[in-house]
Amino acid sequence: MALTLEQVRHVATLARLSLTPQEEERYATQLSAVLDAVAELEALDVSQVEPTSHATLASSLLREDVLRPSLPPEAGLANAPAKVGSAFAVPKILE
Amino acid sequence: MSSLTDLSMLELAAKLASREVSSVEATRASLERIARVDPKVRAFLRVDEAGALKAAEASDARRTAGSPLSALDGVPVGLKDIFLTQGVETTCASRVLEGFVPPYDATVVRLLKEAGLPLLGKLNMDEFAMGSSNESSAYFPTHNPWDLTRTPGGSSGGSAAAVAAREVFGALGTDTGGSIRQPAALTNTVGLKPTYGRVSRYGVIAFASSLDQPGPMARTVGDTAALLQLIARHDPLDSTSADVETPDCLTGLEDGVRGLKLGVPREYFAEGMDPEVAGTLRASLEELEKLGATLVDVSLPHTKYALATYYLLASSEASSNLARYDGIRYGQRAKDARGLKELYTRTRGEGFGAEVKRRIMLGTYALSAGYYDAYYLRAQKVRTLIREDFTKVFQQVDAIVSPTSPVPAFKLGAKVDDPLSMYLMDVYTLPCNLAGLPGLSVPCGFTQGGLPIGMQLLGRPFDEARLLRIARAFEREHDFFRRAAPV
Repeated sequence: MALTLEQVRHVATLARLSLTPQEEERYATQLSAVLDAVAELEALDVSQVEPTSHATLASSLLREDVLRPSLPPEAGLANAPAKVGSAFAVPKILE
Repeated sequence: MSSLTDLSMLELAAKLASREVSSVEATRASLERIARVDPKVRAFLRVDEAGALKAAEASDARRTAGSPLSALDGVPVGLKDIFLTQGVETTCASRVLEGFVPPYDATVVRLLKEAGLPLLGKLNMDEFAMGSSNESSAYFPTHNPWDLTRTPGGSSGGSAAAVAAREVFGALGTDTGGSIRQPAALTNTVGLKPTYGRVSRYGVIAFASSLDQPGPMARTVGDTAALLQLIARHDPLDSTSADVETPDCLTGLEDGVRGLKLGVPREYFAEGMDPEVAGTLRASLEELEKLGATLVDVSLPHTKYALATYYLLASSEASSNLARYDGIRYGQRAKDARGLKELYTRTRGEGFGAEVKRRIMLGTYALSAGYYDAYYLRAQKVRTLIREDFTKVFQQVDAIVSPTSPVPAFKLGAKVDDPLSMYLMDVYTLPCNLAGLPGLSVPCGFTQGGLPIGMQLLGRPFDEARLLRIARAFEREHDFFRRAAPV
């Protein structure tokens, strides 16, 4: 199945990826080829098959709801590209 | 001429125990070897000389005091740059994480430190472990020590190349679709992908969380077993970590293959395999038979759907996992963005390489409204069929034998802009990840041109000890690891 440039741009928006016009062209071609290749799964009747999300996991594990030490704020902020006091700094969200 | 760096981990450990060699001497030998050959091999993204030597000195002090922390106390190893290391930059070979200094250690890193192993530094890989040649590293490709014009495989290619080039005695890698086993096969080294859940993923940068599994890479089967013993621990910090005992892989290692039934899946010996790989594998199978194993022809009928299933599931999980690289909390942030949305899109557009973007796009598409059922959910159902194939076969046999990679190491640049051809490199390795099984690659020979060939063994869940035992029975006949790469 062939992806249009418009579809590629829509997916890039969903993925929050800025793409150059050349990248849009290239991904339209390459992703179309990959989708053609994965279309072979349509040959299988899976109507009676349960999906597998994790191969060996029987059920989700829960832990006791007790306090334990976590990263101190200065360690958590140490890699921030921008910070204000003890918070991550971001551009203005509301125009 | 044999030098210190040619020793296996267990041989070095014996010399450390008898005080014939010190950990500082071994660590210096590794550092000198790195300085000499790594400008050609380019396995390391960064070397932590000071940290490794400090750990080696502490190890020697423990040996003097008669209180080593483990059998491998003092044996220097390397880490794929996917493992968080407190205070040592960790990039996952991506520009988006350039300059990131983790505030904590991955569980496996902590376990190696607690066992006394000096850590020599961080090894190159495909960006975010997406690739089969190390060429998608944002920094530089790693070269295969057996032929510097060829790839060492990927994504743990830096780890495999460093082990093969005798720069490190062993290393840790991760395997999502073959990323430990395929580079091991291409470099004459041993690589083990443990059962999903056997080794903690805490602090391992996530690619596809239902498939990722850290594991040991080394020159010998015994070293691989010894490293696994150190890192196979239940970890409450990883909710998918299996609550099982650490396996004893060393006690029965020399027990041989007599009486074992080994399945040979006909789908794995189909077209597309290099004739020298096919020939070497057939000879290896005959040899396992001579050593007392029984070969059983088996079928894994859904094998041909594994590649499509894998690329849909792994890319979907990756598109979700990599949403965290948004330029807010760590890593790189695009300069002068106008508004939050532009900050996100430009940070990610500038920070990720071509292969990572390709997979994020595929995964986002497969998960998007209107396509989820047709792609993601369908792939999860086919995953069930693939898993059931293995369950049935393991009622008949003790392990499965196949080639690891359909071809030996290929030329750098040969497949860079042909993603489908590159994805085919993992055709024999990725069903194992979909089924959550343990898998191992052990050297089984060389092409006439001198390129290594690997044999893959797949086992039942948590049956790593048996895979190592079979691999050891084969290794004992050859000692391929004594053959050093010409670098």
